[in-house]
Amino acid sequence: MFALPSLKATRIRKTVVVLAATLVSLGSLSAFADDHPTKVGFVYVGPVGDHGWTYRHDVGRLAIEAEFGDKVETTFVESVGEGADAERVIRKLAADGNDLIFTTSFGYMNPTIKVAKMFPDVKFEHATGYKRADNVSTYSARFYEGRAVIGTMAGMMTKSNIIGYIASFPIPEVVRGINAFTIAMRKVNPDAEVRVVWVNSWYDPGKEGDAAKTLIDQGADIITQHTDSPAPLQIAQERGVIGFGQASDMSAFAPDAQLTSIIDDWNQYYIDRTKAVMDGTWESVDVWHGIDSGLVGFAEYGPAVSEDVKAAAEVIKEGIIDGSIHPFQGPINNQAGEEVVAEGEILDDGVLLGMDYYVEGVQGSLPK
Amino acid sequence: MISLQPRQQPSKLMGLLAPLLALLLTVLAGLVLFALLGVPVGQGFYAFFIEPVSSVYGLSELGVKAAPLIMIAVALSVGYRSNVWNIGAEGQLILGGICGGAVALYFYEVDAWYVLPLMMLSGVLGGMLWAAIPALLRTRFNANEILTSLMLTYIAALLLSLLVHGPLRDPDGFNFPESRLFHAAATLPNIMQGTRLHIGALVALLLVVVTWVLLSRTLLGFALKVNGQAPRAGQYAGFTQNRLIWFSLLYCGACAGLAGLFEVAGPIGQLLPTISPGYGFTAIIVAFLGRLHPVGVVFAGLVMALSYLGGESAQISLNLPVAVTGVFQGMLLFFLLAADVLIHYRLVWRRTGVAA
Amino acid sequence: MSADNSMLVLIGLSVITAATPLVYAAIGELVVEKSGVLNLGVEGMMLGGAVGGFAVAHLSGSALLGVLAGMLSGMLLSLLFAFLTLHLRSSQVATGLALTLFGIGLSALLGQPLIGVAYEGIPTYAIPVLRDIPVLGTLLFEHDLMVYGSILLVVAVSFFLRSTRAGLILRAVGDSPEAAHALGYRVILVRYLATLFGGACAGLSGCYLSMAYAPMWAENLSAGRGWIALALVVFATWQPSRLLFGAYLFGGITILQLHAQAIGINVPSQLMSMLPYIATIIVLVLISRDRGRIRKNAPASIGQAFHPTK
Repeated sequence: MFALPSLKATRIRKTVVVLAATLVSLGSLSAFADDHPTKVGFVYVGPVGDHGWTYRHDVGRLAIEAEFGDKVETTFVESVGEGADAERVIRKLAADGNDLIFTTSFGYMNPTIKVAKMFPDVKFEHATGYKRADNVSTYSARFYEGRAVIGTMAGMMTKSNIIGYIASFPIPEVVRGINAFTIAMRKVNPDAEVRVVWVNSWYDPGKEGDAAKTLIDQGADIITQHTDSPAPLQIAQERGVIGFGQASDMSAFAPDAQLTSIIDDWNQYYIDRTKAVMDGTWESVDVWHGIDSGLVGFAEYGPAVSEDVKAAAEVIKEGIIDGSIHPFQGPINNQAGEEVVAEGEILDDGVLLGMDYYVEGVQGSLPK
Repeated sequence: MISLQPRQQPSKLMGLLAPLLALLLTVLAGLVLFALLGVPVGQGFYAFFIEPVSSVYGLSELGVKAAPLIMIAVALSVGYRSNVWNIGAEGQLILGGICGGAVALYFYEVDAWYVLPLMMLSGVLGGMLWAAIPALLRTRFNANEILTSLMLTYIAALLLSLLVHGPLRDPDGFNFPESRLFHAAATLPNIMQGTRLHIGALVALLLVVVTWVLLSRTLLGFALKVNGQAPRAGQYAGFTQNRLIWFSLLYCGACAGLAGLFEVAGPIGQLLPTISPGYGFTAIIVAFLGRLHPVGVVFAGLVMALSYLGGESAQISLNLPVAVTGVFQGMLLFFLLAADVLIHYRLVWRRTGVAA
Repeated sequence: MSADNSMLVLIGLSVITAATPLVYAAIGELVVEKSGVLNLGVEGMMLGGAVGGFAVAHLSGSALLGVLAGMLSGMLLSLLFAFLTLHLRSSQVATGLALTLFGIGLSALLGQPLIGVAYEGIPTYAIPVLRDIPVLGTLLFEHDLMVYGSILLVVAVSFFLRSTRAGLILRAVGDSPEAAHALGYRVILVRYLATLFGGACAGLSGCYLSMAYAPMWAENLSAGRGWIALALVVFATWQPSRLLFGAYLFGGITILQLHAQAIGINVPSQLMSMLPYIATIIVLVLISRDRGRIRKNAPASIGQAFHPTK
């Protein structure tokens, strides 16, 4: 009887030792694998299942895996808040042996810079920000170029001359999109106007759908959006109006209503940057590419798009690619009708990056 | 058949054993969950419970994550004991962040010792102001604080968004929605080199002691407890119900506001459109998980913080989606809450068919 | 749609769809709370219902089966809550919050294959004859069946609580479980049934979101509506008719602020988005001054565990 407890204790102690040894070996196995795959980490602001912004970044991650197979190992952490949690997650990914880390939301800018200082050998890529370092690149896409294309289509196709625009938050990225859309629209249809509704969310299908209904009720016959869910297009389909998708091809949700969709296509960029790390040629860069690079893609035209609208859209696309057309080429008037960009002038990237005013043709005023 | 029989006295032994039992049950349920997902069980548990705290840095992050939870939960438990249902601590936290952060930005050029104390004061007042609204509406207009405090949380979040998209944004930040980074004079001192563990962790522990003394050694604490059990009886101790409501809400507002200020002046270092991953809501669970006792809250806060860190490390080392960590966290909480039944009840076997 | 649709009718239609998910979730929680149980897991149960309903509707092609599955999903989650709180007497507040965490995670996990899947939505059904009434016909009688269902449910619950014996027992259990027990009523059983009913209603609310409001599945689809529903029960001071008013008020102001924005009103959008919350507080303050009435309706034993031998 008295011997039993100690026997038990020894056995437990042994089990613990074996367990610990197993854990250690499991841990070291992955760290010292033979051909040392390149490890790529991702930090996402939303869940992969948002079918929008984060989903498209994850499609890019999967493209890396498809391209390099066993030579890469990818990891992601989703729904990471842009507050205090971000720094810890980025640091953990760096400490975990990732060679390249993509931080895919603007709010990760300062934590990315901070962690990058601690891990000079790890390469970082921060999406949509403006702070760089020797081991921190920034990358973003000129989605406004896509908005110029769909703005042209909208200007040609609207009958009521009212376009409904569902927007998320009043940040420069979104304002830039609204302006690019409006400028292009007014070039082909000076009578058309854009009405903006801010829903203060990137993803709330119910609210986005309500905003679409509101705009349609107020006479909009075309709906476009800078939020992530397909709800506005679903409403458009139901109400018999037309619109444009966002981030991915949403035609499954609105087969008749979707005219086209601007697609976030990070695949090639992610593959290229991973390759650069593998080859040892990675350098800190500031990438802001548009349609020409493939970062800004388009879904197939929907059934409602006529041949001449397609042709006009293609002209804009090609013009933007060869540089003959710029979405922010003067003359551009502000809402008061004053010329802010003179004939022939092109707004420079610095102004575009921080854009905080509406151009002529947008209804309502931008909250400051 | 198993049935529950009330104990004469809450079991002290079970108070300690119940969480261990819950852990064991979580392990068993985890075995099933991980097996279903094809994750090696040992690795799963290592990632969730051990890896996050296997380094000094990991431990310090546990403190960073647990501090706001403990600070708020300990204050919430004061109110919950006296049946004041403040569920808007998140909003009070946000207001603390806004008010404290605004001071930091106002004194942006000033490098003086008084900046940080002024920020703390402002954060505390901000949280108290936001908690005073439901207190006023409850005592003056009889409006239920569950609704008002919750609604005020949404309003606070939108207010922060409004300010960070407008007046408080970084003038050199290309109009992006975030403030300037706070200067050193407006940033909390760290208590451990190379980590983010700041004095907020010490303040949290101090608040635990203060609250414990308040509840167990003062007449006010006694009145709060009595009010929770029999609302009218509390008045005999000289405290009207309205005064207790005011105190509960303001105390929580102060603590949550300070926690919010610590977030922006500590690990974040600036104002952002969102400054809290829902600490104010999570703290409600922490308060009850800690059985509304200051010391219990400390353990509950640490467990809750660990479950979040574990979720992150499981995503990194096992490629589990965040959804799995939510399910796992839910299970852990269910077991912890359920196991507490053993403190107040004993299990007895009763043969069916035998008359009692 | 006919030509007599004025702007008001159009706004009204949007308000009704925006309010319906709130009505479902809140009326269920109202019954739960009337029995003396506070289940803060509405958001989690809604998501369970949303994913369960959507999955079955998508696989079977039947909206009816989908709705049933959604109800069942909500009930299963509420059963978990009921077992923990009623049998094991865990804290209702904490268990409800844990249920929300659990529901968000579980629905996201199970819903992974459903992301990006399109579903045409529950068909609208115009009630013959009535739909031809000018203006009101379109506003009131051209909806999907779940909208009509939500109104009927509120009426039924109101009748049940006020005029049936079972309703009386439920209220007795919520107000004074000891007395109800002494009279021979099975307190725990009544609370189980009420909690399951609440789960079914939250499930229906989730179904409405994923199958009618914006027919799709995405993680966290409910976006906090479960919390609004909880607040509405308090707003209603536990009276079904007031609950309907609260849900339509909240939905109405949400839609009106969108319209104000679209017209181009010069107010920051964040301030506009605050309006539904501010309005709810103000109206609550106005209707809460009658202390006696509220005390009469509020279930006295809410949130407290009950043990028969106590």
